[in-house]
Amino acid sequence: MAYDKFTILKSTAVPLPIENVDTDQIIPARFLKATKREGFGDNLFRDWRYNNDNTPKKDFVLNNPIYSGKILVGGKNFGSGSSREHAAWAVYDYGFRCVVSSFFADIFKNNSINVGILPVQVSPQFLHKIFTAIEKDPKAELEVNLPDQTITLVATGEKESFDINGYKKHNLMNGFDDIDYLQSMKGEIKSFAESRAF
Amino acid sequence: MDVVNTSKFIKMNNKPSTLFDKVWDSHVVRKIEDGPDVFFIDRHFIHEVTSPVAFLGLESRGLKVIYPERTFATADHNTPTINQHLPVVDALSAKQLKALEENSKKYGISHWGLGNPKNGIVHVVGPENGITLPGMTIVCGDSHTSTHGAFGAIAFGIGTSEVEMVLSSQCIMQPKPLKMRINVNGKLGKGVTPKDVILYIIAKISASGATGYFVEYAGDVFEKMTMEGRMTVCNMSIEMGARGGMIAPDETTFNYIKGREKAPKGADWDKQLAYWKTLKTDAGATFDKEYTYDAADIEPMITFGTNPGMGIGISKLIPTAKEVSDGAATYEKSLNYMGFAENEKMIGKKVDYVFVGSCTNGRIEDFRAFASIIKGRKKAEHVTAWIVPGSHIVRKQIQDEGILDILTAAGFQLREPGCSACLAMNDDKIPAGKYAVSTSNRNFEGRQGPGARTLLASPLVAAAAAVTGYVTDPRDLI
Repeated sequence: MAYDKFTILKSTAVPLPIENVDTDQIIPARFLKATKREGFGDNLFRDWRYNNDNTPKKDFVLNNPIYSGKILVGGKNFGSGSSREHAAWAVYDYGFRCVVSSFFADIFKNNSINVGILPVQVSPQFLHKIFTAIEKDPKAELEVNLPDQTITLVATGEKESFDINGYKKHNLMNGFDDIDYLQSMKGEIKSFAESRAF
Repeated sequence: MDVVNTSKFIKMNNKPSTLFDKVWDSHVVRKIEDGPDVFFIDRHFIHEVTSPVAFLGLESRGLKVIYPERTFATADHNTPTINQHLPVVDALSAKQLKALEENSKKYGISHWGLGNPKNGIVHVVGPENGITLPGMTIVCGDSHTSTHGAFGAIAFGIGTSEVEMVLSSQCIMQPKPLKMRINVNGKLGKGVTPKDVILYIIAKISASGATGYFVEYAGDVFEKMTMEGRMTVCNMSIEMGARGGMIAPDETTFNYIKGREKAPKGADWDKQLAYWKTLKTDAGATFDKEYTYDAADIEPMITFGTNPGMGIGISKLIPTAKEVSDGAATYEKSLNYMGFAENEKMIGKKVDYVFVGSCTNGRIEDFRAFASIIKGRKKAEHVTAWIVPGSHIVRKQIQDEGILDILTAAGFQLREPGCSACLAMNDDKIPAGKYAVSTSNRNFEGRQGPGARTLLASPLVAAAAAVTGYVTDPRDLI
């Protein structure tokens, strides 16, 4: 999929200090019926965000105008459960370009990178610092620097580095995806396939 | 496709290797420095929900399906479980089902849609038709693809971008996971099923404790288990964060596969069997993490919270926030959602719905277990029960074995196959606030319908709840 290149992102952030946020919460199954990938942002966190009568739940963070930004900060084990890429589409479609947590579920992490969202895994201590900073000042900014692989609390300059493999980093910084790469090595794949027994 | 080139699989050195390494390493097309492996996929399953956008992607790039014979389509996620012979009422579901049918036809992919006698849940129909074989790599846009690991395959769920990769190149880009072995030894007690074994393991390891790992299940409990039981165990590997779980193939595996429609036959069978027999972890091979449990410590399990790691032995009390690893706020949110409190007993809690089915417990053995308890009893009046076979083949077995008669006599109806109330994409939704004992795999908030409260358990615990109307220890009814 084509997505915007990712280099440096400086933004306020939306805090969601809940652990084990599973992909059924990010986008409930009943909203998976589309045959296109656009529009999932409207139902991001649907059942936490809206009452049964579709009125917004006032206490949910996405309905609180104090918080905004392109960075979502979640508790540990973010994105667990179902492999639905719709969860990553919903996060992207809503306007987030980066998700920060102390721990990500594997499939969500893969899916995120594949759609152009940068998952940034920080230490539990740094995550705590981020939550505290946003709690104190909802307009507190974070700077995520992909080339340097660092995340910084802008107000205090406190910084941590994060891991990402060189291949995926290159893809995100250039807006490339895996399909381009795989297409470029089709000959090699075909000879491998011919050697397979089944 | 029929010739087995065994030289490719036999390691030339004598270094001990794990089952996982043997299968993984033989599927790496290219290793990328500081990046993932280009990983070859033998079998690819698709369904109506996670494939349409992948096909759109192919079209927009002008790509073809590289090996249509390696992909298999079945409709399951949003199909109705009654009146399948009638047109699907929900317009969006109907559109997805139509897209699957048309895309399959356009690209020459085998399609078992609604009404096809082979139709059913993707992770039930793959194995029962002999598509799933030892030593294979298998993916599907569904996290419970881990089920197929029961055959000694590397099988895991992928996202839609990866579905597009497999369709167009038969490969995905995967970093090799770490290795974990989980041993369970000893003898399981009365009323303790494979579902209880895996719920026990997840409760011990937590819903995220195996993230980053691929699991091998070993020990005499798994060696003695049937293929249906092994599938139940491997199915829920993802619920502790693992991409997948696998069990070394043995005589039980080979006997299950032999004679199934798409299984190898004749000389081809002999050749593949010889290879399959090499698929085990060598003595002295090492794992990044290893856990060992005693079968005697496991009792029938039930969950009380909103992730599959929140399970306890059915006779135990709901733990306090201090006893669990999650933060207190998260734990409190979860218990509030369930309407439960610390230190409460699970036994005796009122049950409104019972769901038997899903890719976890929708196979014949699960319905035999359920029937063993309801036989000669009646469904509790206040309980609504949805009994949903995993496939039409399972449904026919239920009829042929006389289980349907037992169900009918006890006041239960048998529905048509599909994912059903496991994820409630169709009309099988548990109403808000109601309690469902469910043989499925996830008790997340709203998973079985907005506001629904799920108690995950085995078919025996489901049967005990269905006839008493309350959470009941099945050992009292056996």
